Amino acid sequence: MKDAVFMILFTTEISIKHRIVLNNYWAILGVGNIPSKLLVNQLIVYKNTIQLSDEEWELLLRQARAAGVISRLAFFWKEFGLLAPPNFVAPHLNSAYKYWMSQKRLVNWELYNLQQIFEQLQLPLILLKGTAYLAANLNAGLGRVFSDIDILVPKHRLQDVKERLKWHGWYPEKMDGYDRRYYERWMHELPPMRHVQRGTTLDVHHNILPETCTLCPEAELLLKAAVKIPGSDCWVLAPEDMILHSASHLFWGGEFDNGLRDLSDMDLLLREFSRNDMGFWQKLLGRANVLGMARPLFYALRYSVKMLHTPVPDAVLQNPALTVSGGFKNRVMDMLFIPALMPIHPSCSDRWTGFARWLLYIRSHWLKMPWYLLILHLSRKAWMRLTGKEQH
Amino acid sequence: MDSEIESVQKGISQLYSDYPRLTPNVFCDFYVRVFPPSGLRRFFRKQVLFAFDQFVPFKPLPYAQAFPFFEWGLNWCISGYSHQFLIIHAAVVEKHGNALILPGTPGSGKSTLCAALINKGWRLLSDELTLIDCQTGLITPVPRPVSLKNQSIELIANAFPHNQFSSVVHDTLKGSVTLMKPPAESISRADEIAAPCLVVFPKFQHQSSLNLTALPKAEAFMKLADLSFNYSVLGAEGFSLLADLVERCRVYDFVYDGNFDQASDCFEQLLGDFGRG
Repeated sequence: MKDAVFMILFTTEISIKHRIVLNNYWAILGVGNIPSKLLVNQLIVYKNTIQLSDEEWELLLRQARAAGVISRLAFFWKEFGLLAPPNFVAPHLNSAYKYWMSQKRLVNWELYNLQQIFEQLQLPLILLKGTAYLAANLNAGLGRVFSDIDILVPKHRLQDVKERLKWHGWYPEKMDGYDRRYYERWMHELPPMRHVQRGTTLDVHHNILPETCTLCPEAELLLKAAVKIPGSDCWVLAPEDMILHSASHLFWGGEFDNGLRDLSDMDLLLREFSRNDMGFWQKLLGRANVLGMARPLFYALRYSVKMLHTPVPDAVLQNPALTVSGGFKNRVMDMLFIPALMPIHPSCSDRWTGFARWLLYIRSHWLKMPWYLLILHLSRKAWMRLTGKEQH
Repeated sequence: MDSEIESVQKGISQLYSDYPRLTPNVFCDFYVRVFPPSGLRRFFRKQVLFAFDQFVPFKPLPYAQAFPFFEWGLNWCISGYSHQFLIIHAAVVEKHGNALILPGTPGSGKSTLCAALINKGWRLLSDELTLIDCQTGLITPVPRPVSLKNQSIELIANAFPHNQFSSVVHDTLKGSVTLMKPPAESISRADEIAAPCLVVFPKFQHQSSLNLTALPKAEAFMKLADLSFNYSVLGAEGFSLLADLVERCRVYDFVYDGNFDQASDCFEQLLGDFGRG
């Protein structure tokens, strides 16, 4: 019990329609789960047969909450009957489910409003991350919660977009001059904007990685490949780009607060895209090369396979374009990424977990900025902290 | 609950002593912790943090506010993570199975009135959070210590001296604060749900006569929606729950000057009418 980690994750697999498989964390340890079939609303699903004790249910709830996947858990219970939570767990899942439903309503309303603005701007409203999954009705949008809406606009229209958004009540959040200039000069997004009445936060990106990052792709290519969501006025990145964005965000971003949730997103996306399009894997590899993002893709595939059993063909995993580093480096990265991607909860951490997350945080800065900028930036941050001008 | 802080330990052992002790391995809804931050702040201008499991939702508060912080934090956990209920910022008490809801903005005197009523034989369901079950529309009790602020501390302590209070904490965001121990009977009957019958918006006013004004249902609905923590989270469900609540209850604005006997009698009479009508 002490070290056993009960993290149930949900993954969608190839089938005529949808087929949802409940994976559990034991799978990582090499103990598979044995699902039985169940038909719900034309969805072929596997029913979880794992018996959890009261204590395990409690721990599951706490870990799911820590990892930001409790609503996803609730969704699969409510919609697909994949779990049979006992009476003391059900209200918590119910609560998370209702919260997600309310978020979905809220996001739809915000998107409706943004569509009007983007119509005036004569720009496609391109959504990123959680917002995109939800709006495009992807499996990764099921039970997915997020704290802000992310959109992508062409860099040359940035000022335009900002002005127009201000007219409609979106204002940049307060920050000091240095931070603002830093955002404007080096970042791939505007400082977060908040709606004065509704309080929603909007992140306006003009790229998916900071421009200081050597991996920063050509935004033009992403914009050109974006696709319209059928029956909607919103756009999302092409499937391959969506994966690459998610991968770079997780493995180059350095923050793992929602690491497992993001990995689970990627797993769901990979399963869904590869099911819908036979040529998906080739396209994905090709695109990673064009955008120069083979490295984050390698990690994304490696860890979603290792941790969530994503069905990635061996040919893809062993593709020379991806396997660019040797066994030793991979083993080191495993030692860092696997603990860092666990739910942030004492039951999933050991004494190295914090250190691993810290090393990866440092690594991400190293990857994202040239050294001279990094030194300047970090010394300023340290100075602000020392002099008490910054509280975090 | 986990805390190394003495004031928290003392507060809990004092005010929660009537609660049954948990057996090991029993399911807990919320794991919370009140603890001092690490580092230098341990020594100078000491602070305290609140954590829900490993999540720290608030900025630290001064060390002396640790025990009220625990109560506020727990309220936050319930109101943020219990959407199986429609949650209204209101005190709620019960007599003969009928619940009296006392919603109110801070400073309206709802906790004072609540404290007085439970000293006059009403059962405490909650001082802060009225939990209306989404399935049944009935009220689930959460009898916890009653929070008293500023002048009402002395007022209640003088009127009902046999009560137990936690030590008064000054200079909080809400002024001076103390918590009053809930009656043992309210705790032992914590599993008994109650039907909402009466909604009274209290307002404390010096030297005014007791004044009861029936409130139009629509206005009552809007006021309650405004005071609900999760009305918008529940969407259409929240709307119909609140509509049902307003439909089945009598709703009044109530001005009182601190005459608790009169207030209690008045409510009892209203509930009596309710029973007959």
